[in-house]
Amino acid sequence: MNKEMVYLDNSAVTRLDKNVLKAMQPYFFDTYAVATSEFAYTMGIEAKEALNKARMEIAGSLGAKKEELIFTSGTTESNNLALKGIMYNQKEKGHLIVSEIENFSVLNTAQRLEKEGYDVSYIGVDGEGKIKFKELKAEIREDTVLVSIQHANQEIGTVQNIKKIAKLLKDKNILFHTDATHTFKRIPIDVSEIPVDLITISAHTIHGPRGIGALFKRDSVKIKKIMNGGFQESNLRAGVENIPAAIGFAKAVELITEEENKKLKNMRDKLIERIEAEIGDVTLNGSRKDRIPQNANITFHYVEGESITLHLDMRGFAVSTGSACFSKSLEASHVILGIGGDHVRAHGSIRFTFSRYNNDQDVEKIVTAIKEVVENLREISPLGKEGSEKNEFSLQ
Amino acid sequence: MNSPYSDKVIQYFQNPKNVGDIEDPDGVAKEGSPACGDMVQLHLKVDKKTQLIEDIKFRSYGCASNIATGSIITEMAKGSSIDEAKEITWQQAADELGGLPAVKNHCSVLAVDALKEAIRDYEEKNGLIKEQLPTTIEVVKERLKHVMNPIHGLDVLHTNLISKIEIDDNIIIIDVDLDEDHQFAPVVKEDILEKLEHRWDIEKVKVSFQK
Repeated sequence: MNKEMVYLDNSAVTRLDKNVLKAMQPYFFDTYAVATSEFAYTMGIEAKEALNKARMEIAGSLGAKKEELIFTSGTTESNNLALKGIMYNQKEKGHLIVSEIENFSVLNTAQRLEKEGYDVSYIGVDGEGKIKFKELKAEIREDTVLVSIQHANQEIGTVQNIKKIAKLLKDKNILFHTDATHTFKRIPIDVSEIPVDLITISAHTIHGPRGIGALFKRDSVKIKKIMNGGFQESNLRAGVENIPAAIGFAKAVELITEEENKKLKNMRDKLIERIEAEIGDVTLNGSRKDRIPQNANITFHYVEGESITLHLDMRGFAVSTGSACFSKSLEASHVILGIGGDHVRAHGSIRFTFSRYNNDQDVEKIVTAIKEVVENLREISPLGKEGSEKNEFSLQ
Repeated sequence: MNSPYSDKVIQYFQNPKNVGDIEDPDGVAKEGSPACGDMVQLHLKVDKKTQLIEDIKFRSYGCASNIATGSIITEMAKGSSIDEAKEITWQQAADELGGLPAVKNHCSVLAVDALKEAIRDYEEKNGLIKEQLPTTIEVVKERLKHVMNPIHGLDVLHTNLISKIEIDDNIIIIDVDLDEDHQFAPVVKEDILEKLEHRWDIEKVKVSFQK
């Protein structure tokens, strides 16, 4: 791979911080035992203490107690455990509500539950990607058990008002799960202030290792385990604990600073500002105000996203697109369809996501490159020409 | 590095040939639809004495496969007779490009369809259609395979968007399983009309939506 590559796909995965690796190393080579009871051998006791310290630090960053954090293999497992763990724990098959623009690990789990006979409602979002609060209120029933709405969206970066949602649900005695994969350590959540019951978090988006995440579960909330095996993680998640990864996760949490988040926000704002000023016929997808600091998602009209990403790749940039052509299934992004209902908007949408390892020069470079690429592709395109079908379809 | 695209596809993607419009073209075609995915536009200039394609230009609103196929078929068709050009298949274009990823077939088929459509357009405008086949339900279905369902990005027939097709004298009646005030209703209607209105034995095409 090209060393000069400018990587702007940090919502997919971030580069591991070397300090995280350094923190993990002793737990591969020195203290490599499983977490044992305090009556077993020294190395196992040390391993257990290290694991619990990591658990305490990560839980603390959410304002939670260490007993409230279950380590998992990441977002997908945490979301599965939250949804299935709650729904399977009911005496009667209850009702579940999720938003239309959730991550696939929520949407496909909800669909799976539907096949098993559970009722699921899907809440729509407005043009910015904010859930329709009235629709949520209207969907709530006697038998509604759980609502799962992400804290922020993986593609367009729109942040939901989870405080408002949590309060509504608390009053009605309905459990609330939020997938905070893309906001964790970027936008604070304090469980002592927000009455949320379950939170999904992951290390892979904050320069931690892959294969480790966690589910915050409020003490009072009961769930059923979804994997059978040993009695690890308070008998809620079977399998040998991934202690080195948990240590790395805690280190990654520690390394994120307010200053870093400000830097990400500045890069994001600069990118949006320059693209909007220097390239015509573009649309910002998502909210201008309520947006995670690391994300910009822009549709370049009259051109197709896979063509843009391929040209950018040849010039040393990694970005992603919501275009149907980009996905193996040839399905356009369900998120962009959710906010606009329109393939045109998904077709030319590009997601740029920043991290600790990006800088202002990267913004300069990507703006220059994307200007040229979009200009060249528009030369080829039958759309957007003088007197052509420019106005035939909406420029939202 | 293992790219899903052949070197030749990448070459044409980076430097597409025969891009643009032809002034006063003899045949034109637009396949696909911006509302639902890739789109290819094709312009032809034909020597009316020899029936050779003098010039051919394309434009693409699509992915690398679409751009590369548009480019290669214009090169293959240029200088050949319209009868030869009509016979160019998607497989020949794909072979010429050193293969295409299977999932990308439809993007390249679109370009080949555009060539066939542009030739048909030329033939119709110049009274060259030898056999005027009557418009049957089958013919209508075949044409509807080229109308996209913008909700799915696949054609309206395969996505069961068409609930009724009738031919009554010289009138085609089509019912679409979409609310009449659906945002995509006008696009779908226009696309259906474009594909059927020009047929020699048809006076009118009636497209209705659900009320």
